[in-house]
Amino acid sequence: MSSLSVAVEDGLTITRRNLVKVKRVPELIVFATLSPIMFVLLFRYVFGSAIPIQGISYAEFLLPGIFAQTIVFGSTITGASLAEDLQKGLIDRFRSLPMAPSAVLVGRTVADLALNALSIVVMGVTGLIVGWRIRSSLGEALAGFALLLLFAYAMSWLMATVGLLVRAPEVVQQASFIVIFPLTFIANTFVPTNNFPTVLKWIADWNPVSAVVQAARELFGNTAPGLGASDTWSLQHPVLYTLIWSALLLAVFVPLSVRIYQRTASR
Amino acid sequence: MSVLTPSVACMSDAILVEGLQKRFGSNTALAGVDLTVPEGSVLGLLGPNGAGKTTVVRILTTLLQPDGGRAEVAGVDVVREPDRVRAVIGLTGQYAAVDEYLTGFENLEMVGRLYRLGKRESRARAQELLERFDLTDAASRPAKTYSGGMRRRLDIAASLIARPRVLFLDEPTTGLDPRSRQGMWEFIADLAGGGTTILLTTQYLEEADRLADRMMVIDRGRVIARGTADELKAQVGGQRLELTLGSAAELADAARLLAPLAAGETRVDEQTRRLSVPVREGTDSLAEALRLLGGTDVQVLDVGLRRPDLDDVFLSLTGHAAEDGSDGEGATQAPVQTAGSAR
Ligand SMILES: Nc1ncnc2c1ncn2[C@@H]1O[C@H](COP(=O)(O)OP(=O)(O)OP(=O)(O)O)[C@@H](O)[C@H]1O
Ligand SMILES: [Mg+2]
Repeated sequence: MSSLSVAVEDGLTITRRNLVKVKRVPELIVFATLSPIMFVLLFRYVFGSAIPIQGISYAEFLLPGIFAQTIVFGSTITGASLAEDLQKGLIDRFRSLPMAPSAVLVGRTVADLALNALSIVVMGVTGLIVGWRIRSSLGEALAGFALLLLFAYAMSWLMATVGLLVRAPEVVQQASFIVIFPLTFIANTFVPTNNFPTVLKWIADWNPVSAVVQAARELFGNTAPGLGASDTWSLQHPVLYTLIWSALLLAVFVPLSVRIYQRTASR
Repeated sequence: MSVLTPSVACMSDAILVEGLQKRFGSNTALAGVDLTVPEGSVLGLLGPNGAGKTTVVRILTTLLQPDGGRAEVAGVDVVREPDRVRAVIGLTGQYAAVDEYLTGFENLEMVGRLYRLGKRESRARAQELLERFDLTDAASRPAKTYSGGMRRRLDIAASLIARPRVLFLDEPTTGLDPRSRQGMWEFIADLAGGGTTILLTTQYLEEADRLADRMMVIDRGRVIARGTADELKAQVGGQRLELTLGSAAELADAARLLAPLAAGETRVDEQTRRLSVPVREGTDSLAEALRLLGGTDVQVLDVGLRRPDLDDVFLSLTGHAAEDGSDGEGATQAPVQTAGSAR
């Protein structure tokens, strides 16, 4: 067998293993579906009642933003789960087997991608019920979902690296909250950035999360003429900017995390 | 078992370790360990807590990189070609490593697939091992619901799924009840009989005595003795005179009175009011001891002669008991003599 087909097969074996856990711990599914529903409803009715968006409904403005925020949070599961495997000695078991060195990480990130896809579906349906609409073509809409998932997948590899280095699931979770809250709030996720103070606006404009959100808005047709995005390059070319970020994250963190994995041991 | 069991083709060394060193920061875990395990034999690695047993196992199973020295498993260097080593070994670590959310069957099947046995063979092996380890009833329950001993057995089964040529067992029976331990011993003996090379670490001297062809005692990262069980026992000296006294207060007096008979260090245990004196003359010493104590106030409840067991070996070699973590009561360290080498 070629080393690529070995890597794919082992990666799938580990993906299956991770998905079995989702099946056995229904709380995971409940969390992965209920909390996005809650977020959509909360933001739609709490913020939506106070934030007027020029030209479109708040639901349409909101959904791409909340998609992005939820999947970025979803990527923390990758780090926390790997830290847990490390703590329980499972990584030792895997490392003593003649399997592909990438398999544990591939299996983890792919399983988390599946979870993220599920939560997007749930949020999408909830969104449709409360007034979100896709106003573009089917192709563009699919491209929008694909772009969201690509970015989430790249973030998963970043979190995988964090998980292998930090090694304590609770710490991974808490530490990433501290990073991910600002990352997803100092952006165009929930409100237009026009009135941000200068520094925040600059950060928001170059924040990859803003680009992901802007790209999704454009691909779903959730934009309005009065709602001009900043004229920074990142927001004028949000799809390209998102692709560059995703490629960069993958190029750095795939090899890095695999390397760390090969040297890591339970204590 | 079956045709796939490795054969004892040549009597070469399945494990070869030379000058192995490992440091953790300023803490030296291994200070130059040499060992060899001939193909098809069982080496028992003994040593007190923190001696470095697990570190040896982790280096040999490619989990840790050594800082110095050389280690080969099945003729393959563990640092240079870890993948080839992984294909022929099985590892049961000191702490059970099973996936809690998978069932027992799924755990074994997954490991089989990762050893690249294929779906059908992985399932057949899983079934076979679940039966062998008395886990059939629990096979379709998530491992989360298993007791400690059941997890341990599942963990060991996982390391056997691909019929490894060389098996590493780090304290395999710790936490097992006596019946499971007995069963595990029989199983390990079967494997060894079938030609599997085994390196086994243990705290139970009885276990090493029963399973291992050769033993090696390490302490603070150094080999302090090696040989067969008989060689190690011979090293500790002849027989021991053991007395149980009526009161602990008399222990010191008795020890003093019996000093002329002692061929080595006398051990005193206040708790059990027991005195253990290494002697040379066997039954003559016994008669002499009774004579010496006869006219005194020392009340002897029980007295006997026995051959040294591995506990004696352990105590005299390491200066502290096998299962007592720290250096204990500061017993003097016996001079290190290296009896018949295992190499
Ligand atoms: N990852 C680590 N970091 C720092 N020190 C370590 C590490 N692993 C082991 N050590 C130290 O190396 C020494 C040997 O440890 P090791 O686990 O090999 O002992 P052991 O003989 O298996 O003990 P036990 O019988 O308690 O399992 C100990 O002093 C231990 O504290
Ligand atoms: Mg140990």
